[in-house]
Amino acid sequence: MHAPTPEIASPLEAAIPENPPVTKHPEVPDEPLVRIRPTKSSIAIDLRDLWAYRELLYFLTWRDLKVRYKQTVLGVAWAIIQPFFTMLIFTLFFGKLAGVPSDGIAYPVFVYAGLLLWTFFSNAVSHSGNSLVGNANLLTKVYFPRVIIPGAAVAAGLVDFFIAFGVLIALMVYYHVSVTWSILLLPALVGLTTLLALAVGMWTSALNVKYRDIRYALPFMIQLWMFVSPVIFPSSFVPQKWRWALALNPLTGIIEGFRTSLFGRNPFDWVALATSTAITLALLVYAAYTFRRMERTFADIV
Amino acid sequence: MKPIIRIHNLSKRYSIGALEAPYATLRETLTGLVRAPLKRFRRNGAGRDDTIWALKDLDFAIEPGEVVGIIGRNGAGKSTLLKILSRITEPTTGEVDLYGRVASLLEVGTGFHPELTGRENIYLNGSILGMKRTEIESKFDEIVAFSEVEKFLDTPVKRYSSGMYVRLAFAVAAHLEPEILVVDEVLAVGDAQFQKKCLGKMGDVARKGRTVLFVSHNMVAVKSLCNRAILLSGGRVAKDGGVDDVVNGYLRDADGIARTGIIPDDAPRLYGTDEAKLRSVRLTDLSDSEVAQLYLGQPCRVHLTFEVFKDIPDAVIEVGIVAMDGVQVTNSSNIDGGQPAMFLGRGIHKITLELDTILLPRQYSFHVSLNHSNGLTIELIERALDFDVLRVAESGGDSYRWTNVRGYVRPTSRWFEPQGSVPITGDSENSNAGRDLVAGGKR
Repeated sequence: MHAPTPEIASPLEAAIPENPPVTKHPEVPDEPLVRIRPTKSSIAIDLRDLWAYRELLYFLTWRDLKVRYKQTVLGVAWAIIQPFFTMLIFTLFFGKLAGVPSDGIAYPVFVYAGLLLWTFFSNAVSHSGNSLVGNANLLTKVYFPRVIIPGAAVAAGLVDFFIAFGVLIALMVYYHVSVTWSILLLPALVGLTTLLALAVGMWTSALNVKYRDIRYALPFMIQLWMFVSPVIFPSSFVPQKWRWALALNPLTGIIEGFRTSLFGRNPFDWVALATSTAITLALLVYAAYTFRRMERTFADIV
Repeated sequence: MKPIIRIHNLSKRYSIGALEAPYATLRETLTGLVRAPLKRFRRNGAGRDDTIWALKDLDFAIEPGEVVGIIGRNGAGKSTLLKILSRITEPTTGEVDLYGRVASLLEVGTGFHPELTGRENIYLNGSILGMKRTEIESKFDEIVAFSEVEKFLDTPVKRYSSGMYVRLAFAVAAHLEPEILVVDEVLAVGDAQFQKKCLGKMGDVARKGRTVLFVSHNMVAVKSLCNRAILLSGGRVAKDGGVDDVVNGYLRDADGIARTGIIPDDAPRLYGTDEAKLRSVRLTDLSDSEVAQLYLGQPCRVHLTFEVFKDIPDAVIEVGIVAMDGVQVTNSSNIDGGQPAMFLGRGIHKITLELDTILLPRQYSFHVSLNHSNGLTIELIERALDFDVLRVAESGGDSYRWTNVRGYVRPTSRWFEPQGSVPITGDSENSNAGRDLVAGGKR
């Protein structure tokens, strides 16, 4: 009587014989593969676990990119459009009208270099900051190291960065900016930016799970952050007595270093770079620690 | 034998506050900090009771190759247990040791992205479920064949019908090859045909000697798949043993419901979708006053209340009458005699069925089901309401006279006076025949 037609009256019973015979047992190892315990002392990130799930990082990054440009006419071109048009407008207003100095380089190249790194950083932070909440369905249904989610958002931003980097090369050729040996430091600077974005992204994404205020605070904070970073202007534009305050922003050393490495005009400011690196690493450790501590309750409160 | 899963003293506590307000805002936390000392003062340090134990002191082991059904009402702790075993949430106390790779299937299509194509989602979902890329590639064709969506592989899944979506999602999950498979209620989706296929696939997994933990409200599926069942109740193990024993005990627990006809949300259900729920069953006489017993031959009305959450254009309702010895006596459906199926819109519906009973005096129960006209069961409640048929008729003139009730129904019958009777004339052969006739009639 489960269903009106007799042939599908009991689909489930018909499917399989009762109590299927068990034919073979897999070998049971002596040591458990997984021990589940309430976490007492929080260690930072479990790197071995993270390595085991590296393919998931790849697939989630790939998903983020695919989805971002699905059903768009211009597709990946959007990765270029954002920094490029911002560059045009900034060049007009800050370069031409306000006469902001640019350390002796054509202002478009100068500001594009800053914007390139900034766009990467701000997109990575805002995407990863909202990533855990946006992937709540994954958090409550499957296990994997949670840090992969904000990590994938940063990685997807990195791909956009490389695409937009092409425009920088074109601009440098157009404005006859030659490259020096200092370019060799470029990967390290991009790496440092990635770590900084990851640190901020991890921290905000974890807080966002508990405090949805982050969702509203984040865009605003990012906007303010740009004005205390040497994106539009060089550090030298800031009065000497306030330079130290600017240097507390880890992006200052990185963006300045990025331009130095690209254009080779000034010597590297090693003190600023060391400060940025130290602050970035400290933030990363702190973020990883906070993340681990909050990770336990993600599935319960997201 | 050495267990593959060992659970010791496992408990999980949730704070009810956290359940009510899934996330806090900074302001609430700040005001909470200010108020907290006051609150504590007001309560005078009495025990904090704003927490509940979803699981309490679970202690059991599962051996390799066992297929264990985890059953129990909603809130019994089934899902929490699966979430701990899947490492989605942490226990509050206790320990679990897993001696094998675990794949958990708490939902079909976890991580499916509507914008991505079927092909892309196979890779994404496989990877989320813990498959290696090479593993997905080698099983890709098999997955596609199982899902029956070959033609739409390069279509975004947002354009899939819900049936195709579920088939594809299950196809990926069905090709996981962990040592321990943890499955939650995924079989409640899809049409009957596909459910059958999924159960078949799970049966295969079990026969390969893998360990399966299967949470379900579908008792038929639990019975046919599992060899052991664990009944959870209030976060504790209420019963653990052979599947038939535990499941039958659990279903007998329905007695409380069957006396009142009020169907709670968490009544044991064998089948069903979330489209509608049976809320109550009432039995009345023809003047609509409630009765628990029927006189012999008394016509009656059965009043069903359904809460429908989604329009059902093709509702087929069936009321079955089952005797307490398990024999299904008969059933009645709104499409009997070629009548059309009903339209039930979103809302609460009271449906009345009038029955001319021909039941013999016994104890019976109504089984009620709501189905789509294609046979997919929306709601099925066994033993929704018990009732008795008395030995006497309402008028008092008729009664059932035999001590032992033989059979279940008394057909509407007409007996005729003897006609054309021939008197016995003294011939011995004829007299024998006459005696046989009398004996046969009496029996």
